[in-house]
Amino acid sequence: MRVEIWGSRGSLASPGASTVRYGGNTATLLVVGDEGEHLVLDAGTGIRPLGLKIPAEVRRVDVLITHLHMDHLQGLGFFQPIFRPDLEVHVWGPPSITMPLSARIGRYLSPPLFPVTLRQMPCRLELHDAEPYARIGSLRVRSDLVCHPGPTVGYRITSPGGKVLAYLPDHEPALGVDPFPASPEWTSGFDLAHRADLLVHDAQYTDDEYRDHVGWGHSSIRQLAAFARMAEVNHVAPFHHDPSHSDAEVDALAGELATLLPGAEVLPGAEGATFDL
Amino acid sequence: MAQLPVELILMRQLASYLATPIFLVGPEGELLFYNEAAEGVLGYRFDEAVELPLAQWIREFPLFNTESGEPLSVDEIPVLRALRERDPVHGSLLYERPSGERVPVLATAIPLVGQGGRVLGAAAIFWPVSGGANA
Repeated sequence: MRVEIWGSRGSLASPGASTVRYGGNTATLLVVGDEGEHLVLDAGTGIRPLGLKIPAEVRRVDVLITHLHMDHLQGLGFFQPIFRPDLEVHVWGPPSITMPLSARIGRYLSPPLFPVTLRQMPCRLELHDAEPYARIGSLRVRSDLVCHPGPTVGYRITSPGGKVLAYLPDHEPALGVDPFPASPEWTSGFDLAHRADLLVHDAQYTDDEYRDHVGWGHSSIRQLAAFARMAEVNHVAPFHHDPSHSDAEVDALAGELATLLPGAEVLPGAEGATFDL
Repeated sequence: MAQLPVELILMRQLASYLATPIFLVGPEGELLFYNEAAEGVLGYRFDEAVELPLAQWIREFPLFNTESGEPLSVDEIPVLRALRERDPVHGSLLYERPSGERVPVLATAIPLVGQGGRVLGAAAIFWPVSGGANA
């Protein structure tokens, strides 16, 4: 399968001269399966340019949303394929015990926040609570709740050949754990990430920044290193870059991560980056 | 052992920061965790007990009926009742400390129902009758 990054910024889109290399669009990945499956991970602002590149012959797209914070949802109404009547669009999101996914997404995709409602989307739209285990075409998709404010899931996508992408863009497994990490069974996200071929994971903060943001749902670069080491992952893409971080600052964080994970491949999430697994 | 549900992980993390004694069991009634405040009441460090199956922890932590002094059956232990009945349970009991002293304890137990309605376990908050939550 091929993994493409279309948006790697966290919290808020951050275009500008200082973010040109890693990009300013918020969280969006495309996963193309070996049998042509098109899975979009999160509907950040990167989903707009991504939507323009979905081939006309594609008849089904699955949008897997980790949670409903705006940086992961804001682009959905600008995803051109949802205006294609010939297309099935399946949107998956974290379950809630109080409201169905359609009602929760509909809070944003409805006036006055957005002019078009979900029911007016021309595509054949289906919404699903993310299931612990699902199959989309030839891809196995596992989801599990992770530590982040509000219901939030991470995804583990396995190809027929056994290659694994783990996607945990917003994740604070170190919250309340001192020292971190604890044992695997007491660590949020462990099963999703364990021995993945590529881990795309929250790395929003420096250690100093984290001290002022405990409980906000994100990780420091040092926490990501500890998590990746425990999960036995050797290919890590730090992701969800802080909107205030310049390209040079992301470079510095990635350099620190590479130092903390000797032997591992560290490539910061950047718009336009592709990974063949 | 597979990773536990994040709701239980967060419950443990919360408990580990609270000064209220908290005792956490999993879906089969197995002991998952108790915090430092609970250690003070129970008389054992959690590191000594670790994670015990139901049959073992009810032997290690002897509980008795306040009025009759008879051992509590599995069906009478508040945290296990909460787990089985899926309802909050409140009650008084006697706990026999390692020294043999029996201390009266009040316990309130709640089932832990996770996203999707899964019963993930139960938690009991308890405190010695005369000592307050920080005793």
